[in-house]
Amino acid sequence: MSLRKFIMNKTTGALAVILAVFANTSVFAQEAASVAASAPKVDMGDVYKSVIFYILVFLAICLFIAIVGKAIRVYELSREAQGKPVGINWNRVHASLFALFLVLGLYGVYWEYTVHGAMLLPDAASVHGERIDQMFNLTLIITTIVFVVTHILLFGFSYIYKYSAKRKAYYYPHNNTIEKIWTIVPALVLTVLVLMGFLTWRSIFYKVDDPKNMPIQIEVTSEQFKWSIRYPGADGVVGHKNYKLTTSTNTLGIDFKDLKSRDDQMADEMVIPVGKPVKLILTSKDVIHSFYMPHFRVQLNTVPGMQTIFEFTPTITTSEMQQKTNDPNFKYLFYCAKICGSGHYNMQKVVRVVSIEEYKTWLAEQKTYLNDDLRKQFNLPVAPTPAASEADSSATDSSAVKTNQMALNK
Amino acid sequence: MSTIALHDEHNHDHADHGHHKETLISKYIFSMDHKMIAKQFLVTGIIMAVIAMGLSILFRIQLAWPDKNFPFLETFLGKWAEGGRIKSDFYLALVTIHGTIMVFFVLTAGLSGTFSNLLIPLQIGARDMASPFLNMLSYWFFFTACVIMMSSFFIQTGPASGGWTVYPPLSALPTAIPGSGMGMTLWLISMVLFVASSLMGGINYVSTILNMRTKGMDLWKMPLTIWAFFLTAILGILSFPVLVAGVVLLVFDRSFGTSFYLSDIVMGTNILPNEGGSPILWQHLFWFLGHPEVYIVIMPALGISSEVISVNSRKPIFGYHAMVYSLIGITVLSFIVWGHHMFVTGMNPLLGGVFMITTLIIAVPSAVKTFNYLATLWRGNIRFTPAMLFAIGLVSFFISGGLTGIFLGNASLDINLHDTYFVVAHFHLVMGSAAIFGMLAGVYHWYPKMFGRMMNAKLGYLHFWLTFIAAYLVFFPLHFLGLDGVPRRYYAFTEFEFMKKWLTVNVFVTWAAIIAALAQVAFLFNFFYSIYKGKKAPQNPWESNTLEWTAPVEHLHGNWPGEIPTVYRWPYDYSKPGHDADFIPQTVPFSQTMSSNLPHDFEGNEEAEKIQQDWEIANPVTENKG
Repeated sequence: MSLRKFIMNKTTGALAVILAVFANTSVFAQEAASVAASAPKVDMGDVYKSVIFYILVFLAICLFIAIVGKAIRVYELSREAQGKPVGINWNRVHASLFALFLVLGLYGVYWEYTVHGAMLLPDAASVHGERIDQMFNLTLIITTIVFVVTHILLFGFSYIYKYSAKRKAYYYPHNNTIEKIWTIVPALVLTVLVLMGFLTWRSIFYKVDDPKNMPIQIEVTSEQFKWSIRYPGADGVVGHKNYKLTTSTNTLGIDFKDLKSRDDQMADEMVIPVGKPVKLILTSKDVIHSFYMPHFRVQLNTVPGMQTIFEFTPTITTSEMQQKTNDPNFKYLFYCAKICGSGHYNMQKVVRVVSIEEYKTWLAEQKTYLNDDLRKQFNLPVAPTPAASEADSSATDSSAVKTNQMALNK
Repeated sequence: MSTIALHDEHNHDHADHGHHKETLISKYIFSMDHKMIAKQFLVTGIIMAVIAMGLSILFRIQLAWPDKNFPFLETFLGKWAEGGRIKSDFYLALVTIHGTIMVFFVLTAGLSGTFSNLLIPLQIGARDMASPFLNMLSYWFFFTACVIMMSSFFIQTGPASGGWTVYPPLSALPTAIPGSGMGMTLWLISMVLFVASSLMGGINYVSTILNMRTKGMDLWKMPLTIWAFFLTAILGILSFPVLVAGVVLLVFDRSFGTSFYLSDIVMGTNILPNEGGSPILWQHLFWFLGHPEVYIVIMPALGISSEVISVNSRKPIFGYHAMVYSLIGITVLSFIVWGHHMFVTGMNPLLGGVFMITTLIIAVPSAVKTFNYLATLWRGNIRFTPAMLFAIGLVSFFISGGLTGIFLGNASLDINLHDTYFVVAHFHLVMGSAAIFGMLAGVYHWYPKMFGRMMNAKLGYLHFWLTFIAAYLVFFPLHFLGLDGVPRRYYAFTEFEFMKKWLTVNVFVTWAAIIAALAQVAFLFNFFYSIYKGKKAPQNPWESNTLEWTAPVEHLHGNWPGEIPTVYRWPYDYSKPGHDADFIPQTVPFSQTMSSNLPHDFEGNEEAEKIQQDWEIANPVTENKG
């Protein structure tokens, strides 16, 4: 009897909740009506933007869930009172949901692999990048197999071995053979991956220079929030820098007392010849940045107070890549990947990979860092013919390069 | 012998305690009772988790709609969201504080602090922690650290914003980012207090486990939860002091003009006087803690899930010894893998090769643990309690996130993946979601022990399914952003042509994150409502073997009235053939379960084996076992 009373209480409780909902929705309707009355052509965009709208939606959902919960409770209690078996077998519900999750999840993974997987970076445009891609693919295949198999087992077991009062679990505390197998097999697979990774890593960072094909040195300096590129000039070597020499005219702190610095050239974009090794010398003026050039599988942090060096060989020119990706606007980029301040999200430069001839013509057009102001600062002769060069400094840039080269050749 | 004497003494103590009256302050605030301290850690952890989750929703909104205005943001955030748009500096502050809170305050203190405190004395059979006062101090240091961290939102220059790893020089120079001013100072102070708290807790956990186990509870009879907490505490004790060393040097650099981490720095044209330091040094010190830290986060979660999976599969955990050895393996190896966070930060490439090898070795014990979980489920009789659902979810996340670790641990592959969304996806699955799920599994499982009441199971189901699905929807697509070369911690994707194709994905991910966040309302309501209105908990609601379920539901100082129960067997005798019930608590001696004893139960005790043989001859098996 008392149990029945309890149920009655519950049902009355549920009824009260339902009533409350109706009251609430009618208030809702009134509110909406009043809004509609005061401004007949209301722009719903503002309503959707308003926080209160979303809070009300959320509260409505909560109420709905509460009602469903109460309804389930009433159903269960009434079955209990009538002496029938439990209304909802939650173990079966969850087991089925896990099975469903497995199927939908695997489809979702397939969808992700095919749809989002098709939106990724194009093939590596560098020699070492191809090796990295191969290893990536191998790792992806192995991990995907493990991922799928373990998830089938996990959710499959959850489905098959759901609770049943008739059954008893299988007492199976250990099996040394099986445990040894699944210790040794992952260890072997990982050993293969480690070895491949180790050899690739060494091939990237321990390069022996071929005297016939010396790498082009390019220095990249980062600062908040821009990059400066320095080409070595005719001597092929970027000269010394000393941060203490930094001024508003000599922003990189280049030491022009070093002869190797005098022909160093500046550039707005990084232009590199295809098939030639490039040695990046990376430094930073202020905080740590990261030089990230994903199309070439190149990344290395730029650290103030030290140089970091990355050597790579581009294999695909920009125009070839534009054809490959079917995108006439395709550009290689490098940008910052290490948190460096408020402008971190926009710190980029264009990279152009061109033929060696194109590279040479482009390079000849680039200005040197050394200009007349800096010459004065470093007590260097301003130019062999001072009057001419001072008259129009911008026009004589290429001649300055030449004179510079002449000076160096002496 | 000495331990027994100690217990008796304590028992006596406890009798004394009964007389003097507990005030509100001594019971709820400056409590020295491990159960109350556990609850304090848990509630503080939950509040911090809600805050950190709120921060993540804020920056997800910015990522999804970088060109829209949300006036309510300005209402709440004022000048940091002028015109209803979050500022770039503040965006970085949000990701920094989100990370710091989640890693340290929620998943270290909230997880270890709660469950180590609650379960260590109860599961090993002790009346309280070795040092209750230190335990209380540990909570209050943690609480102060939380308050100081949050106070940085109320200062002019805003909270620390150099990322949760606070790499100098960015974190050392207020001219580089406003958050590196006062906000960073508060971050450092908070972190020192936090580490002090962790150390006091850790030392307490270790000494309690080593010295205060009840009679019969040898190390190999401890539940895997205790093993996990024990090894976690050791990890913390050995690695956290290194972080403090690093933090102190950073304080010196920031406030006293030293140059430990700074050298050759020019801000614009302003040449700084610092010379001779190296920013890489900070990274070494930070990650020497930072990597063990991720295991500090995940190991308690793995311990909890081992227990929950075994109880609810009604099966012994498969390969108990292998589970312990893999935990030990992870503990040892986690000290020599920190360099994998630094493959491309300018560390010598030679070291990169070495760290790659150690890193991929640590995948082996992790794999063993996963396979053992699967083997535990196999032919089990699985009860899907909310705790069990979350434990299964943990295993799924641990697999998904762990496998991507094989990519990142490989130095060559890391070149292109470092600091991209691939990393974000990886660690949010393997240590974020997995550890949170472990924590939630623990809350649902031990709630009856903490509050003497049951949580509503159906709300738990709803909570699990929404969170589980939404977490995958949030983090799975992020892998692909990373593979496309999208770096993390970007304020907006608007400045790059190639990133624009990911904007729709960002909107989707943000909606999934909002749903996940709202699903937590089901948990929060359930949690706080059930404290007062939940169904009264029975003595042993999950029919579990471990010792905590023999303690009375009503809490009392000292845990057990009268003598502490003695332990006779390991904690995983579920569904043992020959026994009528499908569980045998640790306190049941073998003499009461003659029909189910197995030869290896006696660990080579010949006398006991002989008694068993005699019994078996006297009582021949008539029905088929199993």
